[in-house]
Amino acid sequence: MGGHNTGSPYAPHTPEETAAMLDAVGADREADLFDIPESVRFDGEFNIPARDERTVRREVRELLDRNDQLVEFLGRGHYDHYVPSAVDHLADRQEFLTSYTQYQPEIAQGFLQALFEYQSMLVELTGLDIANCSLYDAATALGETATLAARVRESSGSHVLVPEHLQAGKRGVLENYASGVDLTVDTYPMDDGAADIGALEDAMAEDVVLVYAESPTVRGVVEESLAEIGALADGHDALFCLGSDPVALSILKEPAAVGADVVIGDAATLGLPAAYGMGLGMFATRESFLRQVPGRLVGASEDASGRRAYTLTLQTREQHIRRERATSNICTNQAWVALRAAIHAAWLGPGGLVDLASDCVSRAETLAAELDEIAGIQAPVHDRHHFREFVASTDQPAAAIAADLREEGFAVHAVDDHLLQVCVTETTANATDDLVDTLEVVA
Amino acid sequence: MSYDQARWSEDDQYEPLLSEKCTREVDVDAPLPDDLTRDSLELPAPSEPELARHYTRLSQMNYGVESGPFPLGSCTMKYNPKFTEDLAALPSASVHPDRHPGTVQGTLALMGRLSAYLAEIGGMDAVTLQPPAGAAGEYTGVLIARAYHEHNGEDRSEIVVPDSAHGTNFASAALAGFDVVELPSGEDGRVDPEALDAALSEDTAALMLTNPNTLGLFERDIEQIAEMVHEAGGLLYYDGANLNALLGRARPGDMGFDIMHYNVHKTFATPHGGGGPGAGPVGVVSDLEPFLPTPQVRETDDGSGQQGEPGSKYELHEPEHSIGKVHGFQGNWLVLVKAMAYIARLGDEGLTDASAKAVLNANYLAEGIDYEIPFGPFHHEFVASAGDQDAAAVAKRMLDYGVHPPTTKWPEIVDEALMTEPTEVENRRTLDQLAAAFDAVAAEDEETLDDAPQRTTARYIDQVTAAREPRLSWQALGEEGEE
Repeated sequence: MGGHNTGSPYAPHTPEETAAMLDAVGADREADLFDIPESVRFDGEFNIPARDERTVRREVRELLDRNDQLVEFLGRGHYDHYVPSAVDHLADRQEFLTSYTQYQPEIAQGFLQALFEYQSMLVELTGLDIANCSLYDAATALGETATLAARVRESSGSHVLVPEHLQAGKRGVLENYASGVDLTVDTYPMDDGAADIGALEDAMAEDVVLVYAESPTVRGVVEESLAEIGALADGHDALFCLGSDPVALSILKEPAAVGADVVIGDAATLGLPAAYGMGLGMFATRESFLRQVPGRLVGASEDASGRRAYTLTLQTREQHIRRERATSNICTNQAWVALRAAIHAAWLGPGGLVDLASDCVSRAETLAAELDEIAGIQAPVHDRHHFREFVASTDQPAAAIAADLREEGFAVHAVDDHLLQVCVTETTANATDDLVDTLEVVA
Repeated sequence: MSYDQARWSEDDQYEPLLSEKCTREVDVDAPLPDDLTRDSLELPAPSEPELARHYTRLSQMNYGVESGPFPLGSCTMKYNPKFTEDLAALPSASVHPDRHPGTVQGTLALMGRLSAYLAEIGGMDAVTLQPPAGAAGEYTGVLIARAYHEHNGEDRSEIVVPDSAHGTNFASAALAGFDVVELPSGEDGRVDPEALDAALSEDTAALMLTNPNTLGLFERDIEQIAEMVHEAGGLLYYDGANLNALLGRARPGDMGFDIMHYNVHKTFATPHGGGGPGAGPVGVVSDLEPFLPTPQVRETDDGSGQQGEPGSKYELHEPEHSIGKVHGFQGNWLVLVKAMAYIARLGDEGLTDASAKAVLNANYLAEGIDYEIPFGPFHHEFVASAGDQDAAAVAKRMLDYGVHPPTTKWPEIVDEALMTEPTEVENRRTLDQLAAAFDAVAAEDEETLDDAPQRTTARYIDQVTAAREPRLSWQALGEEGEE
């Protein structure tokens, strides 16, 4: 490749060019350019052999082929929806993929507009006034909400209330973010898979600054008491944060209509297939918290020719200007994933989104009913509406059933001694009959 | 060299919003009770051809690393190798994080191998891949420092950060609940041991340091600095933003650093994606390994194979005193796949050469430009001063010459700073063109600069008005006339 044969394949210097450049800067050799004391110089080897591109491709492919090919009926915060080819091809255009944060907006109108459109879609889906252009994932978005709640609190409150059923990673991240602002995280109990409103009301007696609820919950339950939760939070001067995702929000009542002050979640339910947990932190809130929003915001302005143009805005909230008084430490975000989500949402259109979301309800319901027919399985455990997933109780130990299913090529969650959780989307819908047949044998 | 960026426009705007082209409102008739559902949903509904044209036009109004030189200081805008994208797109990489570890041995093996590579490169003993960005890495490192001191029964409330550091250092320390002690730079642009001595105390949890620093200068007194911090009972944290200067020449672990983060989207060539996703793995010395986030990948003890070789088995475990979680799952997995492939492609020789050429390119470019560069000797980046010119205006004008401008006005230790990092991927010819662009702008008058840019999609954008009257969605645009 090119005129060189050693070193980085992506550094284009020929030996002659290197020599001429060294000459131009007055150095004999490259090592002379490093102002590093002898005592800390590294003279060893990493023992990483260089390989050609074909070899690396083969190696990585062989490594990843060690992943068993299982049909994944898995969810609990990370979902696999079909991502149309248009998303890959358009988002992979180098002008998007290899570009930097839009600190020079005049040369980055394309990405800024895409992010502006992404923000706008979230505004429509949440009914809230503003959305940022991404945080890392749902868990860090929840953590950021806790710090926001601490900044805007009007009481001396120091407690955050979260549902008893919560994805462990989300809880863990929240604990860390909350600890930095001296907030304590407590749980409120669930009643048949949804918020126990009476118990929540009792828990509100504590000095609570933030109440978090989800719809759908980590177990796939569509929460029916969001308006009550919102009213409880409001009555105690606490913020109400709702966790959801753009697919579910396509049919669920707008969060703003049930009193949500902040909506978080994983927006990579659009745009990314299963990606070992890589996500897209959705964050939308009320206009009154505009100057407390974490992360980047894209706004509309005008350029010198009088045309509408886009730019990052309200940057005085951010770490590169406000440093330790910033609303967050986030810099690098998930912009390219937001671009993918925006393309995916537009590809589906509102009709496609509503159909997709409706299928999430009916597929879960149908599969639960089928599992319920199997001797030794009762499903769904919770007498609620479900979205994508549900829990089923099992007479046999759930872990043993899950292990048997793995042998037969299926992955499900074992969430308790006798509880399985099963998630179904359009990417696994064609395999539900096989799952049912297999469960009839192993359950 | 000059450049005319694509400019699609209609009337008083550039490419119209999708919402202005093809919005549709649909009634929501979902299989749920009415009181749980919304009535309707209104969003763009383009056909796939319309969608493709919209985003293709938007891409044409955006500038990437393949468009032209991108010497953005502190950002390491390298070329992103194509083949790594193909690897991240493999169906076998698309797995769910809750899979039983025994069924995702490939993913765990890749993570194990990448962790081992990063540990070698940084001179660290153990690595977590969970932090999803550099700032998240800093936050993770600071949490580790907090947990370590708490574990030792020590109450240390302060993190020391040099005034020239990235803003994230300050913000990450604050996010973990620490007070930030700002360390003034010495006259030579480096850490001043006397000032450091004054800043350190029994409250010091850690010093966060970028080396080479944001001026591109190596902290020559690093061993003394490490000794002072350790003497005070603190830990030394390495901000990996500038690691592209040192690959194969020096390792943070050998300099006395206890914790470091790696910016794989800088040093290891994963694409910046218009702002993200990145990944910010964190390396630690062995004493701090028990505090790493959970879960960690490790080889099982059955010894059935050599590390990273076919036959070895991996599992997930929770470190004994783990700080818990910094990401809901295990971070930006697809980015990690790309980083692993890049490191494997380059190997020892390529990594060392990457830094050598990055430093050579910065020095060569600096030699060719007229602006003064007050601090040196620098490494992979330098900070020039625009002198009497406004650095921000210089940047706007450089856009007209078909190059992305440097980072401007930072670090503040240099007046009208132009922080410039060409990376190793530019050849001499491009560097000469880049220098010519700098020099052309240096010779231009204020009026020309004020009228810039002319050749980009948009002309100068007024950011002050945008902030005063925020319009952050197409819904907000609709409200314009009502005020």
